Amino acid sequence: MRLADEAIPENPSPIGSVIAEPLTEHGPEMLTLTIPEVGLFALLIALCLSLLQATVPLLGAATRRPLWMAFAEPMAWGQFVFLLVSYASLTASFLLDDFSVDYVARNSNSMLPWYYKFTAVWGSHEGSVLLWSLILSGWGFAVSLFSRQLPRDMLARVLGVLGVVSAGFLLFIVVTSSPFDRLLPGMPADGADLNPLLQDVGLIIHPPMLYMGYVGFSVVFAFAIAALIEGRLDAAWTRWVRPWTNIAWAFLTLGIALGSWWAYYELGWGGWWFWDPVENASLLPWLSGTALIHSLAVTEKRGTFKSWTALLAIFTFSLSLLGTFLVRSGVLTSVHAFANDPSRGLFILALLGITVGVSLLIFALRAPRMSANAGFSWLSRDALLLINNILLVIMTITVLMGTLYPLILDALGLGKISIGAPYFNSLFVPLTVMLCAFMGLGPVSRWKQMPGRELFRRLLGAGLAALAIAVSIPFLYNGQWNVAVALGMVAALWVVLGVVRDLFDKVQNASSAPAGLRKLTLSYWGMVAGHVGLAVTIVGVVMVSNYAMERNVRLGIGEQVDLGGYAFTLTELGERRGPNFLADTATIEVTRDGRVVTIMNPEKRLYIARGQPMTDVALHPGLLRDLYVAMGEELDDGSWAMRIQVKPFIRWLWLGALLMAFGGVLAVADRRYRRRRAVAANGESMRPTREVRA
Amino acid sequence: MIRRLLLLLPFLVFVGLAFFLYRGLSLDPSARESALRGQAFPSFTLSTLEDPGAEVDESLLRGRMSLVNVWASWCPTCKEEMPQLLALSERGVQMVGINYKDARDLGRQFLEEFGKPFEVNIFDPAGDLGFELGVYGVPETFLVDANGIVRYKHVGYITPAQVDEVMAEVEKWH
Amino acid sequence: MALTLKSRCCVVIVLLLASFQSMADTAIDARHFEDPVMAERYRDLTASLRCPKCDAQAIDSSNSPVAADMRERVALMLHEGRADKEILDFMANRFGEFVLYNPRLDGRTWLLWALPAALVVGGGLVVIAFVQARRHRRVRPLSEEERTRLSSLIHRHRERSE
Repeated sequence: MRLADEAIPENPSPIGSVIAEPLTEHGPEMLTLTIPEVGLFALLIALCLSLLQATVPLLGAATRRPLWMAFAEPMAWGQFVFLLVSYASLTASFLLDDFSVDYVARNSNSMLPWYYKFTAVWGSHEGSVLLWSLILSGWGFAVSLFSRQLPRDMLARVLGVLGVVSAGFLLFIVVTSSPFDRLLPGMPADGADLNPLLQDVGLIIHPPMLYMGYVGFSVVFAFAIAALIEGRLDAAWTRWVRPWTNIAWAFLTLGIALGSWWAYYELGWGGWWFWDPVENASLLPWLSGTALIHSLAVTEKRGTFKSWTALLAIFTFSLSLLGTFLVRSGVLTSVHAFANDPSRGLFILALLGITVGVSLLIFALRAPRMSANAGFSWLSRDALLLINNILLVIMTITVLMGTLYPLILDALGLGKISIGAPYFNSLFVPLTVMLCAFMGLGPVSRWKQMPGRELFRRLLGAGLAALAIAVSIPFLYNGQWNVAVALGMVAALWVVLGVVRDLFDKVQNASSAPAGLRKLTLSYWGMVAGHVGLAVTIVGVVMVSNYAMERNVRLGIGEQVDLGGYAFTLTELGERRGPNFLADTATIEVTRDGRVVTIMNPEKRLYIARGQPMTDVALHPGLLRDLYVAMGEELDDGSWAMRIQVKPFIRWLWLGALLMAFGGVLAVADRRYRRRRAVAANGESMRPTREVRA
Repeated sequence: MIRRLLLLLPFLVFVGLAFFLYRGLSLDPSARESALRGQAFPSFTLSTLEDPGAEVDESLLRGRMSLVNVWASWCPTCKEEMPQLLALSERGVQMVGINYKDARDLGRQFLEEFGKPFEVNIFDPAGDLGFELGVYGVPETFLVDANGIVRYKHVGYITPAQVDEVMAEVEKWH
Repeated sequence: MALTLKSRCCVVIVLLLASFQSMADTAIDARHFEDPVMAERYRDLTASLRCPKCDAQAIDSSNSPVAADMRERVALMLHEGRADKEILDFMANRFGEFVLYNPRLDGRTWLLWALPAALVVGGGLVVIAFVQARRHRRVRPLSEEERTRLSSLIHRHRERSE
């Protein structure tokens, strides 16, 4: 990739390319000729607006000037609109096959199907960062739309902080990574094509979702900084922040799940999580974001953990930025490092250093005094959530250390090591089991304190049932004892049955079952979905890790291989031509007990423009198992090497994630957030819930 | 006061981390260290490219410092490396080749065409010696001292600019 | 078949130019173990050895020639009856610590396990200290004056929101 970069003559500067442009052309070429320049111009305007947004409202809030504060919103809208224009013009350049634009030439091809031209916009570094910025400004726009009832100074500060982050990234694009650079003269006849790995439906939605999550935490971060500056971290503040946290977390959950799903079917070896540095980078904010969701609950309900909540909000967004740094700078070798450049790395590092450094300094100077008046006992929701937070933070630190340790050793001249799946699995399994053990107790327990006897009485049945079912599952599945499966199932069932018991109690205490169900809030249902979702994912992980079956075989026409009760027979080999690739195809008939289950068609593709071979797997999905066939190489006798897999319960992984994300959305929809906002609108003078200091 | 220091802790940890990230920017993630450095050259018994009947082993590398180059006729960068290897040999370095996963006639043809910097070529058609050496990308070059200890390893082809670098290593371990 | 011949040439070119791009072209060896335990060990071992030529890929899926050699050697050593640790050490001694996805415990790597363990212990202590400090704390009941102020606030709040 580096080679290709060097071969292409560079434009002196993005601005230079505007001036060099012959603007006197007429006719339809005029349109294509100026589209990238419009994009660049809109980008520059957005940068100016973001610089204003980063300074004026913050100064206004500090000096109490309403007009200056009111500046924030129009700037946020303008920035969003201009970035939209900029992004749209890059998309237009892709759709019009304008290969005079360097970025388009490197990531598209005239033969590329039109829908991939849309997604090719974020197929590489420059476009990805532009999308990142667009989404960031979109979040700023959303804040100004939905939080107009916030106190004016709070809104000004939140948008101001978002403006700072935005300005940093827009500056980054303009200085180091403009996607609008031209290749004039020397425009290629056709583009180098989009990386075939990225020519896929999963990739149409995976990066935007992931970015929505990453960037969504910037809102929470901005709220935390604003609250620290203002010295106001109260219950009202947590109610403003919680919906933003939940929605960002839901997007991130979806993004990660989509990434895992994509890797599963696209990379052709049936793995779904590799503990690759870039995957870890997305897992880090997810883990600390999960901790944040729970600590916000404590801060709202009990007024405790305030500094901790603020710190977690800063951490979560910092980890998003760190992820961006790791991906974009290429300091860590990763299969995902599509665009590596140390000078860009240096810029992002500076951005990361300033943003995180300054916010942690603000935290150190302005963190609120601990409010010491809330007591709680061993068996209380407070204590359980404390344990939850500590475990999640330990998980975060473990992943962070595992990801950066090789880099640190290398920087110290202590040699090169690798840290991968076996290491992370060995630590994550016990930590997750511990987390589940406490998770089962959480929903049933009450704030402040809960008599141990009552807790025991209410959960005894759930515990015994979880144990009994979990122990019998391995026998039911294949008649053999398996301690790992039983342990994983105990953890998952314990979580689920704890929630079920709580639901049951809540309904029973009401006058009638429907009345009891109606009384439950959407936030509560969000919690139920989130916890059950995690349990579903755990079931998927445990089953597929222990019961997956795989055979790598050589198959000739008419030959058959048996795996997991299915018979796979190769019936036909062929060739076909796709829009931008050639493919060898195979037809495999799958039967079970003599009956045809499905016909599978794996392919081995050769993408023409890049000359890159790709394995296109055939999948037969199912709720209880997937069948998975990948083609390898043709062997000397005309038969093919094939990888055949049966993956039990693998869909549960992503189903659980969907459920978790759905839980996050449910919690956002809770009426109580909307009501509170209406109240805040009424009384700006009436600062609610100021703490009474003991 | 202690509390304030405690609150400052995240900042300090971050500063430390940022330092390593900064250092990381100037590191090459594709560089690998050699496991063999400081170890004895692995033992082997193979024929030579020149003579199918000959039998050579690790004692070939005793008594004199040699630069062992792993090459193959199917490797395009090996061709580009040849002028540098010839230059090194002219500067008095004893060069030993390992013809890796190759066919005898193709290997000989390659040398006829691109030059013969090697005093002798160990013929390793199955790549067994290469595996013992941890060869993962041809060409690779090992500096073996008079006692048969591997002192230095260069992965990838030696560019014209790197000849002096290799020469410096040769002089260092002489 | 002309197409596959061409694709083979391309494999070589792609491997030389940009080894990481080959990751979507997964390696498949038609290798079969009679013993299911040995098959399982083979899977685990090849998943925990990193391909030295590639960027971030285990040898089980890598298409690079050295990964194929390493897989072959793993299978051979398994048939010879070698222990997992022997095989991993064998590889690390030739290709460097780099190939071990689960690093060996030594002077520079002990922290990888010690830190999470220490954090779990430390976290437990924090929980104990935290709860102990709060366990007996009773919430101070509101004074008469605070009580009236609170009720008037609530009253006013209701009026406003209605």
